[in-house]
Amino acid sequence: MSNAESGHRLAVLLPYRLAPTRFSVRIGPLSAAILCFCAIMAASTAWAQSGPTMLSPLQVILKWSPLLLRGFAFNILISLLAMLLGTIAGLGLGLALLSEFRPLAAVSWLITQFFRNAPWLVLLFFVMFLVPFQIIIFKTTIPLPDWIKATVGFALPVMANVAEVVRGAVRSIPSTQWEAAESLSFTRRQTMWLIMLPQCIKRMLPPWMNVYALVAMSTVLASIVGVSEMLTLTAQVHAAEGGRPELFAPLYGFALLCFFLYCYPINLWTARLERRFRVR
Amino acid sequence: MATSWTPDQPIVECVDVRKSFGALEVLKGISFSVRKGEVICIIGPSGSGKSTLIRCINALQPITSGSIQIEGIEVTDPRLDKLALRRKVGMVFQQYNLFPHKTALQNVMMAPIHVLRQDRAEVEARARALLAKVRLAGKEDSYPGELSGGQQQRVAIARSLAMRPDIMLFDEVTAALDPETVKEVLVTIRELAEDGMTCILVTHEMNFARDVADHVYFTDRGVIVEHGPPETLFTAAKDERTQRFLSQVL
Repeated sequence: MSNAESGHRLAVLLPYRLAPTRFSVRIGPLSAAILCFCAIMAASTAWAQSGPTMLSPLQVILKWSPLLLRGFAFNILISLLAMLLGTIAGLGLGLALLSEFRPLAAVSWLITQFFRNAPWLVLLFFVMFLVPFQIIIFKTTIPLPDWIKATVGFALPVMANVAEVVRGAVRSIPSTQWEAAESLSFTRRQTMWLIMLPQCIKRMLPPWMNVYALVAMSTVLASIVGVSEMLTLTAQVHAAEGGRPELFAPLYGFALLCFFLYCYPINLWTARLERRFRVR
Repeated sequence: MATSWTPDQPIVECVDVRKSFGALEVLKGISFSVRKGEVICIIGPSGSGKSTLIRCINALQPITSGSIQIEGIEVTDPRLDKLALRRKVGMVFQQYNLFPHKTALQNVMMAPIHVLRQDRAEVEARARALLAKVRLAGKEDSYPGELSGGQQQRVAIARSLAMRPDIMLFDEVTAALDPETVKEVLVTIRELAEDGMTCILVTHEMNFARDVADHVYFTDRGVIVEHGPPETLFTAAKDERTQRFLSQVL
């Protein structure tokens, strides 16, 4: 078989490359690390001039780091749960978008567009204030703590974005695959689950991971609605240390660094997957 | 669906089939019939509606008017059980259209297991036998991307055969292949024909059509211009359009 033909033939099999997401973060790891380091150092210098009785910013960070990192773990937990919920709901919504039943597809389209084009913070507020703090089902009271509500708040935009990812990936599979499945008597549902979605996983992975990196970074929004995640704790630590201005940059720099160290590898990996699926 | 079809009647019967895409009429009244075990070839210039016709036969595309009956089942019936129809009619495409995420063996096994709900072990044995029949023993675990065009096309043939169809449709199945792999696919189809499978082929391989077909139809601009046994059509075509086409391709 000639190369030309194999190239041509493989192009059909190649995963469709979804347009690079506009949110992807591309900061050099070095420059960012230097930035954080500078912030901490600059503050340390300020501390050096302010007298020896107080803890240095570095000592403050060290002292509070168990608490701050626990807060960060909470951010990660919220992001993972929001992603899980959003992915399950998004898969359903994405399949509904692809439905041949027009009204269903239209309603799903409206839902998708609504949640994709609403600011995340506004959605978060809506969920926080519209969902009660507890629900009673058959006399069983199920409390709904703020962080659960926040997770749902983040899951909504995730759902809409994942739905778009699913729709785009399935649409990108050549229609000849549908025809082949049709001629073999597969039903539409079988075709979707046995033939389309398995082929889509590869091409859905990079944009899906992009959505995740976004969610992870957005979880700090939960601080605005009072969830004790890392940013809330950072503010509290700052207050507990007397609100010294020179601590501001190091403490928030530490939060920046944590998020950067978490999200950057994800973005790096996403970029690598995108490259691999493009070339092969 | 009541069918009073008996094997001595035509297995495929097309009567005045018309098909339009918007204002463009691609099939302008096609009538022909195929008997069980017959091999017919449809030849003609590109854009003459050959592929459209073959896709209408297994209801991949609806026709505008006319009638197509497969074993007495009316394809245009709005209550048609398309899935039941397609179990009788296998189809092989120009671009093979194998499922790229499944191995050759899985490609062949999928439909019988999921559509016909047949026993996996029995299906696997049959799939292996079919792959051996199309001379692909040893390639069971290869993915389509690892196979040549000719090999992929033979997997596609085995995949269709696994459904045990009564009729096989071949839509320009060698058109996308390298010249050196065309032959292996044609050999496979010839063996099928010799086994008594009813085959309808749209093809540009004139020598093959001449060799294997019981009846050849020449179509141009949506109509059957001329038809007959291959030796007659290829050597003593009556219509001027047929003569011109044959002189260009032979």
